[in-house]
Amino acid sequence: MDKLEGRIIFAADAEGQILYSAEPIGFFGHVDLHTGQILERKHPLYGQTIKDKILVFPRAKGSTVGSYTIYGLKKNGAGPAGMILSRCETIIAVGAIIAEIACVDRVDITRLAQGGYARISGGKITFETTNIH
Amino acid sequence: MKLNDDDRDILAGSKGAGSRRAMQILISLANIFEARELIPIESAQIAGVSYLNIGDAGLEFLTDWADQEARVRVPSFMNPAGIDRSLWRKMGIPEEFAQKQMKIITTLCRMGVEDTLTCTPYHIDRVPKMGEHLAWSESSAVSYANSVLGARTNREGGPSALASAIIGKTPAYGLHLTKNRLATHRLHVECNIETAADFNLLGYTIGKNIGDAIPLIDGIDIDMNSWYTTLCLKAFGAAMAASGSIALYHISGVTPEAKRAADDIVKEDAVEIIIGDLDDARRSLEQHTTRLQLVTLGCPHSSFDELFYISNLLKDVTLKIPLWITTSAHVYRKAKEDGIIADIEASGALVIVDTCMVVAPLEYLGYSYIAVDSAKAACYLPSHQHAITYFGSTEQCIKSAKEGRWIN
Repeated sequence: MDKLEGRIIFAADAEGQILYSAEPIGFFGHVDLHTGQILERKHPLYGQTIKDKILVFPRAKGSTVGSYTIYGLKKNGAGPAGMILSRCETIIAVGAIIAEIACVDRVDITRLAQGGYARISGGKITFETTNIH
Repeated sequence: MKLNDDDRDILAGSKGAGSRRAMQILISLANIFEARELIPIESAQIAGVSYLNIGDAGLEFLTDWADQEARVRVPSFMNPAGIDRSLWRKMGIPEEFAQKQMKIITTLCRMGVEDTLTCTPYHIDRVPKMGEHLAWSESSAVSYANSVLGARTNREGGPSALASAIIGKTPAYGLHLTKNRLATHRLHVECNIETAADFNLLGYTIGKNIGDAIPLIDGIDIDMNSWYTTLCLKAFGAAMAASGSIALYHISGVTPEAKRAADDIVKEDAVEIIIGDLDDARRSLEQHTTRLQLVTLGCPHSSFDELFYISNLLKDVTLKIPLWITTSAHVYRKAKEDGIIADIEASGALVIVDTCMVVAPLEYLGYSYIAVDSAKAACYLPSHQHAITYFGSTEQCIKSAKEGRWIN
């Protein structure tokens, strides 16, 4: 088990398979609200689903309406279990708070690039890089 | 961060769950951005009103919040919605969409937000003053308030602006602080910038080139007291905020914070850039077809003077295809009293309020070849409405509506 620590954006416990993106993620218009599938054709995660995953990405991009998208994903049961970022800003922070999704930032996300399984508890992250891909 | 007794009580739930949630959002943002305090705001402007954008998720969220007795404490204005509340049937908008949209509006009204439904709240009498703190969210309104009026606001999201409205405060970070309002880039414009179309293209160029930054722009000489300048600057900021995410710009000797010597408002390590022409912007907005179904003007929403100007351009004109001009209900009422709306509508054009081409369900209405005189709209229509979008001057747009095809 490896450990990382970050800054708490929304405190909660969460666990799941890691879904890693080296590229920023835009939520509004780019993620299917009912399945959690990433719809942006040029995105490295195109076609994959964020549902129940520990979503690891550097930062958000795009419209601030993305906060509502995160809330809608959670309401539809298609949201991520938790989010780990390099740098969180308003879109993700507000989305995580209103959707009540565990969220941590200021993490060296490249440590999680190999995938595997992760747990978030407050600001603490434990993970195993079992490399399921 | 410093919280006073009142803030702490709200966080403990003294004013109900709705106010507590608003306070939680503000405190979390304050922590993220390392703000030391919450400061009072004069007004809030709430984006995320169109059902097209926020959908059922947004409606549910707002309903929950309103049910928790959350009410705004400062004057708060709504951004445009997806429908004109009187004309939606005539526009061809489906009943279900209109009903969901009305629910969003009435829910926000229940929280005390005024149904201004405009991206240009500064055209409604209460113009923010220099140095006032605001929590505004629509990107072109944010740019105008910061740059042209010298007021201070970050680029808020819908829920964070609403949280600020409910508490009456915002965390003091970013553009609320003088030190963060200095220019990070100095741009030397070496081509002539005179018409509104030039300002649109220059704004588009700047946003593409510097992303999210604060430019000081040299080489533009305009008279701040003319209505045409207001039109140009509002389009300029809107374009920059759409092609990049610029929330504040300065123009040397013109905008209120750039009346001092340049050295006082530019960071020492500012990047210097020369803009020699607008050819790249023109090329990237160019289309190689002429098919046209709809022409829309009024992004951002037209002012009274702009409607008057358009009414003159439409004298004795007969249109072959629909021409929409979008504005706020407030400006519409004044223009109607003066006979300007009747003059415009004599040509067959339609003046639409409460909504605009970016947030109305145009794709659903079957419009996929659309002409605009706004670089901001030209940025968003291809992705939001999947439309082939033509950009040109107001005159070119009207000529094209008259001919029924895009005239280059």
